[in-house]
Amino acid sequence: MTGLFGALAEAWDELRVHKLRVLLALIGVAVAVCAITTITAAGDMLRQVSAESNERWTGRPATLNVSAYPAGQEMPPIEEYVAAYDDIAARYEVEHSSMVMWAQTPFRFPSGTRQTETRAVGADWATMHRFVLDGGRWFTEADEDNLSPSIVVNQAFLDELGQGIEDHPTVMVGGENPVLATVIGSYPDSWPDEPPSAYILVASQLRWTTPEALMNSGPPSLELWVPTGSVEALTEAIRRDLAGAITGAQVDVSRLDNPDMSMLDGAMKWVILGVSTVALLLGGLGLVNIALVTVRYRIREIGIRRSFGASSGRVFFSVLMESVVATVVAGVVGVALAIVILHNIPLDTLMGSSVEDRPGFPVSAALTGMVAAVSVGALAGLIPALVAVRVKVIDAIRY
Amino acid sequence: MSLLELHGVTRSVRLPDDRVLEILRGIDLTVDAGEHVSIVGRSGTGKSTLLNILGLLDTPTAGDFLLDGVPIGRLSGRVRARRRGADFGFVFQQFNLLQARTALENVAAPLLYAQGKQFWARKRLAAEMLERVGLGDRLDTMPEKLSGGEQQRVAIARALVRGPRVILADEPTGALDVDTGGEVMDLLDTIARENGSALIAITHDLAVASRAQRHFRLAEGVLAPIAIGARSAGSLEGLGSGLEQVPDGEDHQAEHVAVTLGPATSAAAAGSGPGGRTRPRTGVDGLLDEPVVAS
Repeated sequence: MTGLFGALAEAWDELRVHKLRVLLALIGVAVAVCAITTITAAGDMLRQVSAESNERWTGRPATLNVSAYPAGQEMPPIEEYVAAYDDIAARYEVEHSSMVMWAQTPFRFPSGTRQTETRAVGADWATMHRFVLDGGRWFTEADEDNLSPSIVVNQAFLDELGQGIEDHPTVMVGGENPVLATVIGSYPDSWPDEPPSAYILVASQLRWTTPEALMNSGPPSLELWVPTGSVEALTEAIRRDLAGAITGAQVDVSRLDNPDMSMLDGAMKWVILGVSTVALLLGGLGLVNIALVTVRYRIREIGIRRSFGASSGRVFFSVLMESVVATVVAGVVGVALAIVILHNIPLDTLMGSSVEDRPGFPVSAALTGMVAAVSVGALAGLIPALVAVRVKVIDAIRY
Repeated sequence: MSLLELHGVTRSVRLPDDRVLEILRGIDLTVDAGEHVSIVGRSGTGKSTLLNILGLLDTPTAGDFLLDGVPIGRLSGRVRARRRGADFGFVFQQFNLLQARTALENVAAPLLYAQGKQFWARKRLAAEMLERVGLGDRLDTMPEKLSGGEQQRVAIARALVRGPRVILADEPTGALDVDTGGEVMDLLDTIARENGSALIAITHDLAVASRAQRHFRLAEGVLAPIAIGARSAGSLEGLGSGLEQVPDGEDHQAEHVAVTLGPATSAAAAGSGPGGRTRPRTGVDGLLDEPVVAS
């Protein structure tokens, strides 16, 4: 054990004495480790931005979409769907689920009544789709009991009303049972000149919409946020259960989110790792160069140390450790630098989006960088260490 | 049982033209604990090779070398290295201090290869040893800021810091002026005696050699005991008959060598400091009418 500490102390001492030379050699290694960590973090952020952007459309992994189309032209009563869907969510203990219905709702804007695309969803839908509001709030289950239906609308909708969300706007919903709806939240338009659109709770939709109107909007679907591992089993079970629950229905259960994204993740990771490895190797080459020059410069010193009782193994290990200790220091500096960069640069904003779940500091990337740095250090130290061992003691002392 | 025993030791090397050069031939030598032995000889006679073998830095081509009665040939390289660090202290002509390290770091350096307390308390032990050699106030001084004598004192402190049983001194005063060399040898003698260490000094300098209890001359790879007369000891001049042949029976290892002390060189103008200058010396080379070249 003393031997190990001795070799480490010797290596550290050597680095301390030759700090400028070592520092110059290690800049490359530190930059490479910093690059590995930062690029991986940037990659993580990019993946997160991309994933969250996708999940707004498709739902989080894994989101199952369940549809049951009537065999004939007549749709079963909506209550049958509601009961069957509720039953499925309860039976399989799905924590987040939402019915989804599409409808054209006649909202009375100051400019006149306008059929507006409306999506009726459950309160969980926003969580399942990482839905981001820019004002007001999303639905809660308590909103189902409001006499005035709550709606969440896009910016175009508010513009059409000529009010802001802070004005607590209301809007008449036309049709056979006109009702005053309250705008409780708003979300940004997805593209320029997007027409007005709105979200409403399924319960409100059912209460204020006539059965005929509901018939026109087609059968509701069900979205379930389930563990990715149970997708296949659940797909089969839900298909079977629903076929039995809604008579004669043609049941379709499919995954909404894109599982292929993880393959893209993997490819990106390898590209990042490849680029960083090349950077590290280049840093390592500089280290080999300096270490070789240093050993040649230190031949006499190696001889003197042999006279102190250093075995050839100890000389080898000490010279090797110099590179390893140096690269560990460089690695720590590189990781620290990456932490500072990541702490101060809002990567997601630079990528043009903000993320809900900010990826944590890429510890695995930092560790990979450190391991790679130490490996490069060991490789870089190997050649000088072999040169050092081959030094003839007697010649070295007289060098 | 003697501390070191050499029986019929030879050392030869193969030259590039495939000839074999015999550097040492049939060396017989025993050194007991605490003994002071000097070996004199011309440059190129194999003195350093002998010292390297004694210090386990080199191995004999043939013959037996016993350390504490154990043939060193039986020891692995690792064990030899450990014994070298623990049992031997080296003092070199050119001091061989580690550059860019303070005096304290230089003296502590051998303790990096020690075990236990010696390793962990290395800074304190090194400071104590520097105190002993009178450099307690120069602990943090770099070698280049020290005089030649001070550098050699640091080297002596470094050689002795692990409490070696044998001190091997290769021309310990070779790079010093006569007065400083004398002071350094006084110090080396004193500390070696206090530590109970054997001291084997290789030297050109008869004044240095005469301090030993037993003297040997190495010529053409052959080691022979000699006697150095009292007149030569510590004397710069008048060395006309300093070397005396050892009479038969006085030393069983004695070889009848015809060493005749020649006229003294111009020793009065003693040079100083390291640097390979030709300078007068009370040297065995001087006995052969040659100046000593400190290299």
